[in-house]
Amino acid sequence: MNRPTPLTLAAIVAVLAATARAIFFTPLEAVQGPAQKILYVHAPAAWVAFLAFGVVALVSIVYLWLRDDRLDRIAESSAEVGVVFTTVVLITGPLWGKPVWGTYWTWDARLTLTLFLWFVYVGYLLLRGAVEDPAMRARYSAVLGILGALLIPFIHLSVYLFRTLHPLPVLMKPGAPSMPREMLITLLAAFAAFTLLYAALLRTRYRYAVERDAMTPGGFA
Amino acid sequence: MGVGLAGATWAIARKDLLIELRTRTTFIAAGVFALLGVSIFYFAWDPTAIPAVDLAPGVLWVIFTFSGLLGLHRSFGLEQESRAIDALVTSAAPRESIFLGKALANLVFVLAVQAIAIPAVALMYNLPLGGTVLALAGFAVLASVGLVAVGTLFSAMAVNTRMAELLLPVLALPFFVPIVMPAAQATAKLLAGRPADEIYSWLKLLLAFDLVFVFACTMIYPWTFEE
Repeated sequence: MNRPTPLTLAAIVAVLAATARAIFFTPLEAVQGPAQKILYVHAPAAWVAFLAFGVVALVSIVYLWLRDDRLDRIAESSAEVGVVFTTVVLITGPLWGKPVWGTYWTWDARLTLTLFLWFVYVGYLLLRGAVEDPAMRARYSAVLGILGALLIPFIHLSVYLFRTLHPLPVLMKPGAPSMPREMLITLLAAFAAFTLLYAALLRTRYRYAVERDAMTPGGFA
Repeated sequence: MGVGLAGATWAIARKDLLIELRTRTTFIAAGVFALLGVSIFYFAWDPTAIPAVDLAPGVLWVIFTFSGLLGLHRSFGLEQESRAIDALVTSAAPRESIFLGKALANLVFVLAVQAIAIPAVALMYNLPLGGTVLALAGFAVLASVGLVAVGTLFSAMAVNTRMAELLLPVLALPFFVPIVMPAAQATAKLLAGRPADEIYSWLKLLLAFDLVFVFACTMIYPWTFEE
């Protein structure tokens, strides 16, 4: 059993601190009540999912160029962490949707996009599991990692041609954020904490991949 | 000896189509599958609640996707026997031409299945096709190009994996969303006699998908091989 690294410890402390601030030190939203607090998990998790899949696409491109095993392990790790965070988005969304929208699920543009994002990268992990030769696995996953990133804007466009129910962005939009200061600080703190958590999980998962490959005969040297 | 891209592409497409023409097994199976799908879907809905004309676009494009997958799986499965793919790869043909040739043969296959499925849906669901036939055929061609580009590439990878038959649809279906959605929406609007500008944005989306993925899949296909 490896001791947790300073990065892992920092990530855990940051997530706990952001959660505590969100629950105890951030005012309730007037209309939605406590349900709104799920935003402090939901939105940062969505950000991390996109970050993780962006990293998959980037290291996939560089892998096909340099053929460095380490890049493939980063892609493998980042995809898995990304799927976990997409799952968090898909679970927290309906939990908020039931009290606020009155329904767990609706075929709204962003929900549909997130669901298909999840399908694409679960498929990516399935592909990884189905190829025995490590070099072939790395090449195939890199190809899918790149095409997956190309697909996202197209799914985004197709589902946007349907109407959307989802709350519009409060942070990443033109003009000032439309949110009280205290809530905004909590949200930003949660973004930072989740990004740190992503880095820590990626690193842990990467070290696992290195140790596994070292023990597997016929794996990467 | 060097072989031109167009010449090699045509030779490979011709080879695949000739095999299909002489055996006809996959085409007959896919055609029967499409007809079966059309018939079974009819009983999945209450015909007194939903008119057949509202049902038809969805049925048509779902069947299009699944019968397309049948043919795509065959495409590289064919080369697995006696490792014929190794001979193709080591031949003088440019690697892009292997992809383009396979894709061209698959396109002919998918369009041939569509040529059975669209009239069957029109006939059995009593659709007022009328003047929409040309527009519908145009959408069928555009949708087929996108489906075949992505599907051929995934077929090339999936045949080398365990559970290839299952992996191909799992990998390919999310990529068919921006194909099936515009095609089904446009078909519905065409059949309902909506003005052309309501279909225009779906058309643009489909065209953009075809452009991006035909180019990307052709470029990336050689990377699926060992250097």
